[in-house]
Amino acid sequence: MVIECKHVWDHISGYLDDSLSPETQELIQRHLEHCEICSAILDSTRNILVLTADDRVFELPVGFSDRLHARLAREIAGASGDPFKVSAD
Amino acid sequence: MKNVAPSVRDEEQIIASILSGDTEQYHDLIRPYEHSVYRIALSLMKNESDAEDVAQEAFLKAFRNLAAFLGRAKFSTWLISITLNEARGRLRRQSLARMESLDQTPEEGGQVLPALLRDWREVPSEALERKEIREMLREAIVGLSPIYREVVMLREVEELSVEETATALSISVASVKTRLHRARIMLQKTLAPQLKTANPKKRWFQWS
Repeated sequence: MVIECKHVWDHISGYLDDSLSPETQELIQRHLEHCEICSAILDSTRNILVLTADDRVFELPVGFSDRLHARLAREIAGASGDPFKVSAD
Repeated sequence: MKNVAPSVRDEEQIIASILSGDTEQYHDLIRPYEHSVYRIALSLMKNESDAEDVAQEAFLKAFRNLAAFLGRAKFSTWLISITLNEARGRLRRQSLARMESLDQTPEEGGQVLPALLRDWREVPSEALERKEIREMLREAIVGLSPIYREVVMLREVEELSVEETATALSISVASVKTRLHRARIMLQKTLAPQLKTANPKKRWFQWS
């Protein structure tokens, strides 16, 4: 059975997560072996997701942690008595 | 979560000590999650100052409601839910004027088509040393509509499993998969042509 490019594109995400059925996986694999366009789409998607996940994309602003812990310290110090009392069940 | 977090068991013990009065330990409990909470807030709020406010509020709310966290989910998943709620609430208040739909918009129909390329030269992670590449990626993520942005942040950036993503967003596993697929193709469509242009062969040579 031959699968068309546009059907391969429907399975890119599943292919990357390795969550396709063995039959579909095999079908896509065989298509990729001879289709340079689908191979490039798959490679670029995988590459882009790796870059997206990098810590450097969304960096913490300078001083973020200090400001956060200072605020938490005020909250914790201000929480007198039983701060965790749940008002109702 | 990518940062080294204590085991679930250690975390439960820390939470128990905090609840029994050793509140100072809250600082240590949340340290591994600072970056994650901020990133999620930033991806929704789109500007650093709002994102920082949301992140701080989320950590404060988590502290105040710690007794309600009964170990039903992982602490990180619970924290993410609080962050998402905080960000959504704030966006909803801000957006009344802007008319941007922030509630769960229905899934858009039709197939999302990728950018067609004939070859792809790997963009190495060193490329992220370049400010323009980082901005390109941020803008592509932030440019997604909220339902897609959320799954990308949780699944790709925070590396939650499909199931954990579904729990944090209170949607089905099937919805996570559908949204994730569409979001990934959208990112490829936007970013592949841009990165291809920004990735000339010679520039990488000097860095290798």
